Amino acid sequence: MEHNHIINHKQFVKTGRTVAFTPDVLKKVQSLIARYPKGEQKSALLPVLHIAQEELGGYLSTDVMDYVAGLLHITPIEVYEVATFYSMFYLEKTGKYVIEVCHTGPCSIAGGEQVLAYLKKTLGIDSGETTPDGLFTLNEVECLGACGNAPVMQVNTWFYEHLTCDKIDQILKELKENANQGKPNDSRWVEKFC
Amino acid sequence: MGRKILLADIAVPDIEEYHVYRANGGYRSVEKALLGMTPAEVSGEVTKSGLRGRGGAGFPTGLKWSFLDKKSEKPRYLVCNADESEPGTFKDRYLMHHLPHLLIEGLIVSCYALGVHTCYIYIRGEFKYLVGILENAIREARSHGFLGEKILGTPFNLQIFVHPGAGAYICGEETALLESIEGKRGNPRIKPPFPAFKGLYGCPTVVNNVETLASVGPIVMMGGETYATIGKGKSTGTKLISACGNINNPGVYEIELGLPVEDFIFGKEYCNGIVGHKSLKAVIPGGSSVPILPAGLMLKTAEGNTRLMTYESLSDGDFISGTMLGSGGFIVYGEDACIVRNTWNLTRFYRHESCGQCSPCREGTAWMEKILYRIEHGEGKPSDIDLLAKIARNIEGNTICPLGDAAAWPVASAIRHFREEFEDHVLHPAAVLEKERSVKERG
Ligand SMILES: Cc1cc2nc3c(=O)[nH]c(=O)nc-3n(C[C@H](O)[C@H](O)[C@H](O)COP(=O)(O)O)c2cc1C
Ligand code: SF4
Ligand code: FES
Repeated sequence: MEHNHIINHKQFVKTGRTVAFTPDVLKKVQSLIARYPKGEQKSALLPVLHIAQEELGGYLSTDVMDYVAGLLHITPIEVYEVATFYSMFYLEKTGKYVIEVCHTGPCSIAGGEQVLAYLKKTLGIDSGETTPDGLFTLNEVECLGACGNAPVMQVNTWFYEHLTCDKIDQILKELKENANQGKPNDSRWVEKFC
Repeated sequence: MGRKILLADIAVPDIEEYHVYRANGGYRSVEKALLGMTPAEVSGEVTKSGLRGRGGAGFPTGLKWSFLDKKSEKPRYLVCNADESEPGTFKDRYLMHHLPHLLIEGLIVSCYALGVHTCYIYIRGEFKYLVGILENAIREARSHGFLGEKILGTPFNLQIFVHPGAGAYICGEETALLESIEGKRGNPRIKPPFPAFKGLYGCPTVVNNVETLASVGPIVMMGGETYATIGKGKSTGTKLISACGNINNPGVYEIELGLPVEDFIFGKEYCNGIVGHKSLKAVIPGGSSVPILPAGLMLKTAEGNTRLMTYESLSDGDFISGTMLGSGGFIVYGEDACIVRNTWNLTRFYRHESCGQCSPCREGTAWMEKILYRIEHGEGKPSDIDLLAKIARNIEGNTICPLGDAAAWPVASAIRHFREEFEDHVLHPAAVLEKERSVKERG
């Protein structure tokens, strides 16, 4: 996917923190691992990384990846090579809200470029950057599978569709107002699995 | 032509809930199959139905199932491909959101037919909200005895699990998908061996699309032969088409295969024509990976026959004057759309999504994107157009997986059908840029 991560030999961030899931989350994670055949516990890597990213700081620091490796009894490198491949995993600190704007064909012809330009202007940042208050990260992503409702963006995987500038103003306003009350419209990965 | 099979009950309020779904005839195919048919009889109905894979390639589902290694002592797996990342395609999301039980029902009957006891639904991570919906449907099905041990009192056991991806188009390719479930990077495997022999965890595996598997319940209920009378020729049944682009009514439509393309684009109950009463310029009918066709060839084949929404009619003329039904991701372009810009955009997509294993794909997509970027931005050279076509030719057929072809075809077909537009960009860049700017401001 993002070859940059490989070619630039991007340094993984080591925070030095001791990281661990809460007992409740850990229990869910163990039950997720049990969904796969004996000896194939590595299969739980993607779902567990989603949970880890969300529960343990919003991105995958080296400490978090090493912790996940330990949980799944695999080597850290097996986690790193997966974390660098998939675009939903972040290797650097992100804002509280990660805004991902679709810039692929169908969205692009329906105003996706204007949406992106408007967000850059309003937030005062370029794609790939985070606002100084740590609230918003702006990313450009490929087709989100919602092209009939273009232009489309996701905020922490929640869909916002048929975007207009007015609608974006409204969304940003609500997100800011709710910034201290957890994530609106966005329940946690760990709650998604029964 | 308006026959609905998958979406027949879509308008029933709360149809996503178990009780409503069940009261409307839901899960009857599970009862019919498990209590009254052998697994071979169920597969037989699917074969007779002529159902073809709805994920893109259109491979006959019954035939694919028949390849499953019957001699192996290992467990077998069914994997439902819900990765849906092909630009222009958003039908599976719609189906899973509104009719999650239709999918679960199809999975149960399919697993029974295939002798499978563990099934994974691989869903793209961006569809996180659907994970909860599917898990809930699975829980409901289990609590009503349709999943788990001894289903309906028979010896048949089945578990279904949802497995999320994490943002990688390539994981829709079936072997990359299997790697991804195994907790690895989504690098496609070299075939053979095919998944039917060595799939998930090296075991016999069938991978099918969401829509394909959701069709199995209705097929068992109506019988394969009846299903085969719907549609046209070898394109049996109905197909979900996700329509987007410069049309008045974007959305997901269930069409009976055989509908004329013109009726689909201009019919009031479907796309309802081009936005702003503009004229139709071009269509990519099967997701971004299939060749683009100009309006004339989209409505009529090179021989002047009415172009129909079928696998055969859309590919009539092969890649010279035809295209493919693909995933049913129908992207419509009005007269103002810039084909060069669009081709650049889609090539950027493939460059980004190439897993990087094969040099023709990794390097070729990067070069094509670079060249298309400079043509679109008024810095192209006349020789660039042939260079692009040549790179596309060198990728095609020379890679491990079909993503290479998928990246090459849009470029090759755009140049074939819209060469003047590329030449215009190269020869009169200032005029083209000015025109694009004014279209943008108006639009
Ligand atoms: C790059 C690439 C991406 C694909 N993405 C998808 C996808 O998102 N969903 C899908 O069902 N099939 C996708 N396919 C096709 C699958 O490999 C496979 O053929 C399909 O899931 C088989 O199901 P079917 O026979 O029911 O169509 C993709 C293929 C390629 C080469
Ligand atoms: S064709 Fe492209 S995506 Fe497919 S295996 Fe080769 S490099 Fe990867
Ligand atoms: S192109 Fe934006 S959601 Fe598909």
